[in-house]
Amino acid sequence: MRAVGIIFSNIHDNNVPELARIRTLGSIPFGGRYRLIDFPLSNMVNSGIDTVGIITKSNYQSLMDHVGSGKDWDLARKDGGVIILPPFGDLESSSLYNSRLEALKGITNFLFRADEDYVVMTDCDSICRLDYNEIVEYHIRNRADITLVYKNRVAEAGEDKETTFDLTGNKITSVNYKAKLSGDVPANVFMNVFVLKRSLLLNIVLDSISHNKSHFIADVVAANLKSMNIVGYEHKGFYAGIKSLQAYYESNLALLDPKVKFEVFGDRSVFTKIRDSAPTKYGNSAIVKNSLIADGCVIEGEVENSVIFRNVKVGRGSVVRNSVVMQNTVLGENCTLNCIITDKNVTVTDRKTLSGCSNHPFYIGKGIMI
Amino acid sequence: MIRKKKCIAMLLAGGQGSRLYALTNKIAKPAVSFGGKYRIIDFPLSNCVNSGIDTVGVLTQYQPLVLNDYIGNGQPWDLDRAFGGVHILSPYQGKHSSDWYKGTANAIYQNIHFIKQFDPDYVLVLSGDHIYKMNYSMMLNFHILNDADCTIAAINVPKEEASRFGILNTEENGVIYEFEEKPKKPKSTLASMGIYIFSAKKLYKYLEEDNNDPTSSNDFGKNILPKMLACGEKMMAYEFKGYWKDVGTINSLYEANMDLLGDKPKFDVSDTSWKIQSRSPLAPPQYLGEDAKSVNSIIMSGCEIYGTVENSVLASDVIIGKGAVIKNSIIMSDTTVGEGAKIEYSIIDERINIGKNAIVGEPESSGKGIAVLGSDIKVEEGAFIEGGKIIDKDFNKGGK
Repeated sequence: MRAVGIIFSNIHDNNVPELARIRTLGSIPFGGRYRLIDFPLSNMVNSGIDTVGIITKSNYQSLMDHVGSGKDWDLARKDGGVIILPPFGDLESSSLYNSRLEALKGITNFLFRADEDYVVMTDCDSICRLDYNEIVEYHIRNRADITLVYKNRVAEAGEDKETTFDLTGNKITSVNYKAKLSGDVPANVFMNVFVLKRSLLLNIVLDSISHNKSHFIADVVAANLKSMNIVGYEHKGFYAGIKSLQAYYESNLALLDPKVKFEVFGDRSVFTKIRDSAPTKYGNSAIVKNSLIADGCVIEGEVENSVIFRNVKVGRGSVVRNSVVMQNTVLGENCTLNCIITDKNVTVTDRKTLSGCSNHPFYIGKGIMI
Repeated sequence: MIRKKKCIAMLLAGGQGSRLYALTNKIAKPAVSFGGKYRIIDFPLSNCVNSGIDTVGVLTQYQPLVLNDYIGNGQPWDLDRAFGGVHILSPYQGKHSSDWYKGTANAIYQNIHFIKQFDPDYVLVLSGDHIYKMNYSMMLNFHILNDADCTIAAINVPKEEASRFGILNTEENGVIYEFEEKPKKPKSTLASMGIYIFSAKKLYKYLEEDNNDPTSSNDFGKNILPKMLACGEKMMAYEFKGYWKDVGTINSLYEANMDLLGDKPKFDVSDTSWKIQSRSPLAPPQYLGEDAKSVNSIIMSGCEIYGTVENSVLASDVIIGKGAVIKNSIIMSDTTVGEGAKIEYSIIDERINIGKNAIVGEPESSGKGIAVLGSDIKVEEGAFIEGGKIIDKDFNKGGK
């Protein structure tokens, strides 16, 4: 592969502040056994990209624990592989970066050292399957300077401002980086995936240091629409954006649709950290309907329309409906959960009833005991 | 400091397992899947790691492909070590002679150089066909404290079953004075578990002598141990109290799987204090559909259940169609069961395609026994497979 990958793990933490308070957006658990970074990382591996830098900023312990040496993605390589790039501070400026361009300034060494011709950059704020190889081919075929990937779609639940494009043919002619999306008229929404030449990216980064630019879309893309060939690549497959807690909740439950599940996991090529859990055990009184259940669970109660992560215990007489229950959550006996997101290690003691609303799920923080 | 290991393990995994019939057509017995996620060899391997033994030689011979692939570099068991770790030891061609492993003792003898490079004080010999959780370091302490030359792990079996085992007759302090192989009238109920610890020097000596004896069948149970006893070596029985099952037959493999079920299972694999490590499949979480029912069962990731599963063990990526009913059965990975099919009291191997409305097996009460389907076969729509049948070829409606 001719491209090196860069993943921004922190950049949209504000989308879901509840979940990202204690971790990066990239390490938010998703879909029973995954974390959000597994999707871009697996896309890279499946596209033949074997050198990947992950840019972090804060709270990245969980991310480092998850990615580890990269062996679960076959990225524990002698030559290349995955490397976590912590924020780069120097003697003069001790503050952390605040924008994509500033973050890239911190990894110029990584970019210099790579020997691939192209760079694929992506964030961790969406669930989708992208063949980066095809996008690089598209980029070359169109003699593009920068290729930006977009999805033609309407607003998601709780979505704030997004970057949208106007296109003529496949050429981007105008950029609105603070567009308010409409709920019924679809727009070309940027998916935060970029492809460009490594040499061009280095020039952009060095130039932005000397001219004190900070915003990639405003200062680089929007400012160069005329002087550069900036093209759009439309992603037509499944897409779920993690733009708010509500959207996170809905994207998890969307996996219960067999078609969506097949689209996301059909060919078994989403990689994740392997943890050793025993198989899931269903007790004599278990009733489970339309749910995804990860390994290591013990289900003795009732589960419906829910996503249950690893090592969750649902006690006798307890009922879980329309909920996302993360790893190591323990529900006692005769509890009722409806429209709840529990973070990891939550304990709910016997005979508690908790309920959110389907358009406003209730979130229970990590380690809380109720 | 000279690099050496106090104790290394040699795991005998070459057995064909002919009494598992169709289940071992293509794979060695230790590679047979168990409990939804595991293969039999995970148990001795995990026991080694949990007991602090980080050097394991795995002796393979029969159909080693799947087993070798599964063990790989040993990383799932944390046995990818620079000094030590897991090593696959296959029969090899030597300068003066080359041979298949003639017996359990011969297999170890042919790999004596492997053992010697770690200069161990003790050698633990294990079988690859038992399901149990055991702390070998306790047994090793017992061996050292008693200053024994050989310690044999033993388990108390019911009196009526004792005549099926190798029985150890011991004095009160655990010293063995007699072996009896499958005695008609057993004097004791202490059965050998096929787990031995030898002091390394003694092991070398007796293996050497055994190899020079042309009349020997080069077997630990038949030759080495009786010879050591006859020569007056100190042999101890170490009594193990816990769950242990030899899964060498269809019935015992079935029973051991069923022992995982229930609110208080006889054998608990989810116990985190003694983790059973294994190579995990890369599959999304299991999905249970609108009309699915799963009661008293163990189900692995990647499964899609649209029918009913009761008192059963399902390995990864098994698909159970709408209206299908699985009862009291074991289904191994990547098998698909068509809509409306009925499976009862059966063991279904990997990658089998069972057509719609097919019927496999009959209830235990029929007395016909467990139906077994070997890997990679197709069962035609509406076909009927009787209880107790062992099928290893495609099966169509006409019964062929």
